[in-house]
Amino acid sequence: MASLKDVQNQIVSIKKTKQITKAMNMVASAKLRGAQSRIDRFRPYADKFYEMLADLAAGVDSNVHPLLEVHEEIKSVGILLATSDRGLCGSFNTNMINSALKLAAEKKAAGLTVKFYCVGKKGREAVKKSEYELVEAYADEMGSFDFNLAVTVGNKVIDAYLAEDLDEVYLVFGKFVSVGSQPPTTLKLMPMSADVAAEVDVDTEAKGEYIYEPSVEGLLAELLPRFVKVQVYRGLLDTSTSEHAARMAAMDNATRACDDMSDALTLLYNKTRQAAITADLMDIVGGAEALK
Amino acid sequence: MASKLLLEIVTPDRKVLSQEVDYVGAPGIEGEFGIMANHIPFLSALGIGNLHYNDGNRTHYVFVSGGFAEVGNNKVTILAEVAEKAVEIDIARAQKAQDKAKARMEKAKDRIEAARAQAALHRAISRLSCKDAA
Repeated sequence: MASLKDVQNQIVSIKKTKQITKAMNMVASAKLRGAQSRIDRFRPYADKFYEMLADLAAGVDSNVHPLLEVHEEIKSVGILLATSDRGLCGSFNTNMINSALKLAAEKKAAGLTVKFYCVGKKGREAVKKSEYELVEAYADEMGSFDFNLAVTVGNKVIDAYLAEDLDEVYLVFGKFVSVGSQPPTTLKLMPMSADVAAEVDVDTEAKGEYIYEPSVEGLLAELLPRFVKVQVYRGLLDTSTSEHAARMAAMDNATRACDDMSDALTLLYNKTRQAAITADLMDIVGGAEALK
Repeated sequence: MASKLLLEIVTPDRKVLSQEVDYVGAPGIEGEFGIMANHIPFLSALGIGNLHYNDGNRTHYVFVSGGFAEVGNNKVTILAEVAEKAVEIDIARAQKAQDKAKARMEKAKDRIEAARAQAALHRAISRLSCKDAA
């Protein structure tokens, strides 16, 4: 049986752990609020963007822009994996890495070369250990990133796609559905389908004919690459929000586990203490009995 | 009474402006254009430069880069990657960026690099001129 002192030490250390997990929980929930408000601020831009693109892309041929064109021969696939930089957020990163690796395995089985682009340390580490090629990694960015990161990453994959180094590009990210649910989600970035408009539900009310400057094709050439970046940015924002939500849940669980453990240990401590007292009493009574 | 139109400027990070104005002048990719109330629907890509709008007798300036303008129904929506009101522009930073861009242009080895440096220089100069104009 554990000695009294041992149990006491354990209780103290559990309580300290609990303080840490509780603090992390609160930090995560504060950060979650920040991240959610960023999504809210981004939404007007994204909505307007989709609307504009929907207006334009309706009824255009897929050969007006190279990003819409499907490459004739599909040889290599790029996977853009967004994860967090830090752990302690439950199975959040693992889920995303698994879903990305599963996609990679499928593509490989189909005879394609898979190339990874990673944002976030966790994804980078996992891909490094895997059999796939890691082309580019952006670590330590998730803490404070802005649209420029999406532009940098977006340009990388767009350049590769246009140079025909990549024939398909997927984005794997943690979609933020709610505080309790952040499913890993796969989105096809390129080639874009011409009916992008159909995927986003925009009420395409008749607004009358537009004058376009430059031409529709010219505008699309400007809009489409930016659309990739908008999607990447949205993916990154979602991932970062999901990370905080996942960490909050994980730390909440940990705090509760600490409570349970410290309850159990306190019970054990009391039992041990009582046993010790009983034993002492028995000794005293036995001693007194012997003196008679 | 002259009617007004609503000007909205949004970037990925925030809504910069939403205001009723009399006139909007924007740096279109094919040249500057002006919008007043009851303009017909119009969609244009924007270059790097200064957007200005008149509200009453005052003219305000906003630096924009990498954006689009949509005009319709007495409403002008500007979607830009970067949009800064003149008062928000950091002169010291823009000046520094200008010097850096100049240095980069001299050192640029290939055309792409030179073009990037030129774009950066263009942005820096536009920012400064936006501040001057205001």
